[in-house]
Amino acid sequence: MDLSLLIFLSGGLFLGWALGANDAANVFGTAVGTRMLRFASAAALCSLGVILGAVISGAGPTETLGKLAAIDSLAEACTASVSAGLTVLFMTRRGLPVSTSQAVVGALVGWNLWSGAPTDLNIIGKVVLTWVLCPILAGIIAAILLPLTSLALRALRLHLLQQDSLTRWALVLAGTFGAYSLGANNIANVMGPFTHAVQFEPLRLGTGLTLDSSQQLFLLGGLAIAFGIFTYSRKVMMTVGKDLFALSPAAAWVAVMSHSFVLFLFASKGLAAWLGNAGLPQIPLVPVSSSQAVIGAILGIGLLRGKHGIRWSVLGGIGLGWLLTPIAAAVLCYITLWTISVAKAGVIIL
Amino acid sequence: MRWLGFSGKEASLLGTSKAVEAQIEEFLDKVISAGQVFSKAFQVYLSEGALENFNKLVDQIQNIEREADNLRRAIETELYTRTLIPDLRSDVLRLVENVDKLTNMYKANLFRLSIQAPEIPDAFKPKYSELVLLAITCVEAVIDTTRSFFTDHQSVREGAQRVADLETQADELSTPLQRLIFQSDLDLAHKVQLRYFVEHLDALANQSEDIADQLAISAIKRRI
Repeated sequence: MDLSLLIFLSGGLFLGWALGANDAANVFGTAVGTRMLRFASAAALCSLGVILGAVISGAGPTETLGKLAAIDSLAEACTASVSAGLTVLFMTRRGLPVSTSQAVVGALVGWNLWSGAPTDLNIIGKVVLTWVLCPILAGIIAAILLPLTSLALRALRLHLLQQDSLTRWALVLAGTFGAYSLGANNIANVMGPFTHAVQFEPLRLGTGLTLDSSQQLFLLGGLAIAFGIFTYSRKVMMTVGKDLFALSPAAAWVAVMSHSFVLFLFASKGLAAWLGNAGLPQIPLVPVSSSQAVIGAILGIGLLRGKHGIRWSVLGGIGLGWLLTPIAAAVLCYITLWTISVAKAGVIIL
Repeated sequence: MRWLGFSGKEASLLGTSKAVEAQIEEFLDKVISAGQVFSKAFQVYLSEGALENFNKLVDQIQNIEREADNLRRAIETELYTRTLIPDLRSDVLRLVENVDKLTNMYKANLFRLSIQAPEIPDAFKPKYSELVLLAITCVEAVIDTTRSFFTDHQSVREGAQRVADLETQADELSTPLQRLIFQSDLDLAHKVQLRYFVEHLDALANQSEDIADQLAISAIKRRI
C-alpha cells in the first residue's frame, strides 16, 4: 500500500482507534468491569465482531453518508475526518456529550459548504431523525425486554449460580452481537468519507471470497477499531461496566442487547429490505451513537422501574450534543479546508 | 474457544457453578444434621446427664461442625477464585459465614453442657425441651429460606416472616422460663447458670432471625 495513502487514511484510522477505545465498553464493559470475562477474551471477541460487522454489513450506513457528501479527493476526505476527530477530542476534553457519528456528518456538511456541493436536506432530515430515534428506540426495546427477561428467569427458577453462568454467556453473546452491530453501523464514521476517494482492486481471499474496494477500507477501519480496543479500552470498560452493572446483571444484559439491536437496525440492509417487503416503515441506514443508545436503554429501564432518580440533565446534554457537535465539526472542516486552499493558492502565487 | 484467549476457567464455568451449588446444598444439610444431633444430645443430657451416650453425640456434632467448616472454606474459595456471582458475592459470603455460626453455636452449647454439666431441675426440663425444639425449628426454617434465596427468591419474604414468628415464640418461651428460674428456691449461682443456658438456646433463634433479615434484603437485590 502506498505510504501517502496510509498517511491520508490516518484521519479515519485515528477515528477508528478512538471508537474502539471508547465504544467497546458499551458492549463488553459489563462482562469485563465485573471480571466475568477476562479483558483479553473480551477484546478478542469484540475485535472479531467489529471487523466482521464492518466488512459484511458496513455498506448501508456508508452509502447514506456517501449520498450526503461524495468526497473524491483523498486530502479533503482526510481533512473532513481529522476535523470530526478534533471536534470529538475538543468536546470530550470540555466534558460535553459527543458522538463520532454526529461529528462526521457535520464535517461532511462542512465539506459540502466549502466545495459548493449541494446538501440533500432529505438525507439530513433522515439522519437527524435517527439520532433522536436511536436512544428512544433503545429505551423502548429495553422496557419491553426487561419484563420478558424477568418473566423468563422466574419461570426457569434457576439456582443463583446457574443464573450467574447463564448471565455470563448471555453477556458474551450480547457483547459479540453488539460488537458486530457496532462495526456494521459505525464503520461509516471511520471510513465513510474515504469511499469515493479511494479505489482498491478487488482482493481475493481464497476461493469464492472477494473483498471489494469499500470492504477493504472497512477491513482497515475494523483493524484500527480493534487496535483501539486492545490498546485503550480496558480502563473505559472497567468504568462503564461497573456503572452498567449497578443495574443488576440481567438488566445490564437488557441494556447491551437493546443497544446492539438498535445499532443493527440502523445498519442492516437485509432487515431494512425485509421491513420494506412487509409494508413496514423503512429504517434509514445511518451511523448512530453507541453511547446514546446505551443511555437510552438505561433510561428505558429506569422509567419502567418508576425511578425518580433519573438525571434528566443527561438527556438535555444529548440534545445539546445533537446541535453542537455537527455545527462545530462543520465549521471546523470548512475553516480548515478554506485555510488549506488559501495557503495553497498563496504558495502558487509566490 | 482457547484460540480466542478464553481460559479454562471461563470455559468450565458451568461445571464450576454446579460443583459450588452442590457444596452449598451439602453445607446447608450439615446445619440440619447438626440440629438433629443437638436435639438428640440435649434430650439425652436431660434424661441421663453428660455420660457416654451424650459424649458420643458431642463427638458427632464436632465432626459435623468440622465438615461444615471445610465446606464453608471451599465455597468461599470457589466464589473468590472463580469470581462467581460478582453482584451478590459479598452477600453470599456473609450468608455462608452467618449460617456457619449456627453449627458452631450447636457445638458450643453441647460443649458448655459437657463442661459445666448444670443440674436442670425436673420442673424446668419440659420447658428446656420445648425451647430446644423451637430453636431447632427456627434454624430449619432459616435454612429453608436460604435454599429459597438461591432458587426461588420470590418466596424469601414469606420464609423470613416465618422465621421471625418462630423467634418471637422462642422469646415468649424463654422469658417466662427465666422468670420461673429466678422465682425458684435455687441458689443465685445455679439460677445464673440455668439462665445462661436459656439465653444460649434463645441465641440460636436470634441468629436465625438475623440471617432471615439479611436474606430478605439480598433477595431484593436478586430482582432484575
